[in-house]
Amino acid sequence: MMGTHYVGSRVKRTEDPRLIQGIGHYVDDIKLADTLEAVFVRSIYSHARIKSIDTAAAKAFPGVVAVYTGADIQDRIGSVPCASSLEGLKVPFHPPLAIGTVRYVGEPVAVVVARDKYIAADAAALVNIDCDPLDAVVDPEKAAEPGAPLVHEEFGDNIAYRWKLAGGDMDKAFKDADRIIKTRIVHQRLIPAAMEPRGVQARWLPGEKELTLWSSTQIPHLLRTQLAIMLGLSENRLRIITPEVGGGFGSKLNVYGEEAVIGWISMQLSRPVKWMESRRENFQATIQGRAQTGEIEAAVKSDGTILGLHYRIVADLGAYHQLLTPAIPTLTGLMLGGAYRFKNCLMDVTAVFTNKVATDAYRGAGRPEATFTVERIVDIVAHELKMDPVELRRKNFPKPSEFPFVSATGLTYDSGNYEPALDRALEMVNYAGLREEQARRRKDPSAKLLGIGLSSYVEICAMGPSPAMPAGGWESATVRVEPTGKVTVLSGASPHGQGQETSFAQIAADELGVDLNDVLVVHGDTTIVQYGIGTFGSRATAVGGSAVYYAIQNLKAKAGKIAAHMMGIDPAQVRFERGTFANAGDSQKTLTIQQVAAESYNAKNIPADSEPGLAATYFFEPKNFTFPFGTHVCVVEIDRETGEYDVTKYVAVDDCGRVINPLLVDGQIHGGIVQGLGQAMLEEAIYDENGQLITGEFMDYAMPRAHNFPRFELDRTETPTDVNPLGVKGVGEAGTIGSTPALVNAVVDALAHFGVRHVDMPLRPEKIWKLIPRDQ
Amino acid sequence: MTHPILVTVNGITYKDDVESRLLLVHYLRDRLGLTGTHIGCETSICGACTILLDGAAVKSCTLLAVQADGSKITTIEGLAATSRNALHPVQEGFWECHGLQCGYCTPGMIMMGAQILDRDPHPSEEKIRHGLEGNLCRCTGYQHIVDAIQYASKKM
Repeated sequence: MMGTHYVGSRVKRTEDPRLIQGIGHYVDDIKLADTLEAVFVRSIYSHARIKSIDTAAAKAFPGVVAVYTGADIQDRIGSVPCASSLEGLKVPFHPPLAIGTVRYVGEPVAVVVARDKYIAADAAALVNIDCDPLDAVVDPEKAAEPGAPLVHEEFGDNIAYRWKLAGGDMDKAFKDADRIIKTRIVHQRLIPAAMEPRGVQARWLPGEKELTLWSSTQIPHLLRTQLAIMLGLSENRLRIITPEVGGGFGSKLNVYGEEAVIGWISMQLSRPVKWMESRRENFQATIQGRAQTGEIEAAVKSDGTILGLHYRIVADLGAYHQLLTPAIPTLTGLMLGGAYRFKNCLMDVTAVFTNKVATDAYRGAGRPEATFTVERIVDIVAHELKMDPVELRRKNFPKPSEFPFVSATGLTYDSGNYEPALDRALEMVNYAGLREEQARRRKDPSAKLLGIGLSSYVEICAMGPSPAMPAGGWESATVRVEPTGKVTVLSGASPHGQGQETSFAQIAADELGVDLNDVLVVHGDTTIVQYGIGTFGSRATAVGGSAVYYAIQNLKAKAGKIAAHMMGIDPAQVRFERGTFANAGDSQKTLTIQQVAAESYNAKNIPADSEPGLAATYFFEPKNFTFPFGTHVCVVEIDRETGEYDVTKYVAVDDCGRVINPLLVDGQIHGGIVQGLGQAMLEEAIYDENGQLITGEFMDYAMPRAHNFPRFELDRTETPTDVNPLGVKGVGEAGTIGSTPALVNAVVDALAHFGVRHVDMPLRPEKIWKLIPRDQ
Repeated sequence: MTHPILVTVNGITYKDDVESRLLLVHYLRDRLGLTGTHIGCETSICGACTILLDGAAVKSCTLLAVQADGSKITTIEGLAATSRNALHPVQEGFWECHGLQCGYCTPGMIMMGAQILDRDPHPSEEKIRHGLEGNLCRCTGYQHIVDAIQYASKKM
């Protein structure tokens, strides 16, 4: 068993000293001699036929080294890849630089390479793209209609795929229902907006025939494989390094055309080339999230029993598929069962092409959409049946004895006990007291309106078992004890802020009985680290940490054999505790792991059947996903005169299984909550009818700020899972998944006595003001 | 066209010729190699590029290097030098309180935190949150950043 010295403690992060002193290295901080800088020329039209591209003036500009367009890379760089495979999925060719037609504002058309970025930007302005604008398809629901302008003419319509997921018998659920309650739900498009935009630096060494590509990505190994295919380069001559990555949130869980183009240019010019994305490009051309419009119908009994849910959506995929674009709405479908025991469901997806940048995985990736939809309709049902939303939820939760629980959509929820988290959250907010206060204020026209919103979520994490994933879903680790006794952990995960340099070191230090400072966790370099999958889907600790754990078990087994040999005893007699091997029959005989490591490399006195050295590699394949859950409660106060509101209290009780580092888990929950509340309150990627992005900068896209929120109050329950040896479930997305409905439910609850049953996000004060009767 | 400038950055004085249009953040990052100051938006909204210019927190992405002529600049790399320990109390607070995740906004946040405490050594939580209005963080949800500044406030 594991010790408890570090695991479970609020250990300060080992990655922090370099970051708080500004001496870490993000892509843009890596300076190579003779580096050229690239600027992409992008489409200003959402849909247009390219008549000609004149690059002569740009090429002649002093300091410019090269200018490339789609014609230069056609047949030289392959399509930007899509890893999703769904029956009937239409997959358009996705050129890294547009060929013939542009299909969204911000689509790369040409690239200028120059001595520095100022010159490249000057010359980029001289590239003349002559276009015939075409009608744009912007509204996803209109895109599905016959006669809509076509994003890809060759397909004959804009429907990328239709997908259904049925569980139980939804027709019967509707027949048996006392009430059918429905509402329209819009999940607006969001911009991930990692604080560090994307960036790529490439260096081709013509002698060694090696391309090194530094990229701000969440998936270095998958990127290596895909870029090797795109560039026709032998994969073992391509090295991807992810230095510090300034946030991803799914937006860097991708393979982008720019990554291939910059690598290719370095190979053409045999010089290092760098491209740093500007914030405007980041808003226009990095994947976006959500963008689903739908109608949810609940079949319910008068006593509040939910019989089933039917959800129909139109998913706005954008113009081309990025890596996982088509898969995201299917994740929404899988989680339609929510935290409830009903057995009938039907999910109906129509996914359409539009003249906008692709949507793809954004923190939560399909699950926030499911949770928001389910938690909204549950509140609406409670309201219409005149039941307390708490009681409705409680009534429909599966009981602890029903776990592992098979959800309406056929997933097996590993473990769960939903009521204690709900009860604890209610206790923390003083739910009964708040309801009394709300009733009092409703009678007092001078008082601010009070609203209480709940969200009891369940999410699907620790992605995931390989058969259920587009690429493999396992994760890898190598653990080495070096000759001097220092421990090196090589992880195939690719943390970019989540703190696994610390949490994996905690696991290794406890398991090996060494000091935390003697452990170094290395990741994000495909030449140093064995193949891995990466960091996304709340998987790094649950899957990657488990790989570390098992690698250490194998390493300890080997070390135990060597120790036995060194002590001259039977291996069965060896005990390992707190870094020391001891003879069970003789407490005097001990060897430290460091001594055993030294001997394993010295190899003078090791068993004949032992390989020298002390290292082990493990590829961990999870047998199931995990299903963390919890209840969030949000309290809002609304000014009746202005519609402005404050979140006055926010309580989150989450169950993410065993906690390796409570400090880091709190940080993940806080950040997740703010990202979810950002969607609920502020954020919206707005395109006009021509497909121009109106919210193209931070000046127009409302990001959550420090003063938008109160202090969040957190607590946890801990329901064990046996999906992995650590008992951890993942926590990276919980806050984002749980928080959005809590806020909207709170605002709707505050306005319910005015007959309000739903408000579309983001909840701007203006929208709320319009819903408050002026004569009250 | 270039202009001579004289600036003192983290205690070292530099005499340089810079193009009129060179942004201060590029001067610091590309000419002086001080890459701790990050670029997050180029429009002075996100605050990742916050530095201290003659003691005032400013966004170096929307200042020209020539505008800094004659001034004293402190960047994240030079912040600790102004205090006795290896880390400035605000840096220490960020480490102690897990005030950072990806770390990209962090140098700007720390510079702003130092400015907040410079103006009011014992600010209320509300005052800290308002003081951070010009700095965006996508990871932390801000609560641990507030904690970090409060930690430093107690320490200073």
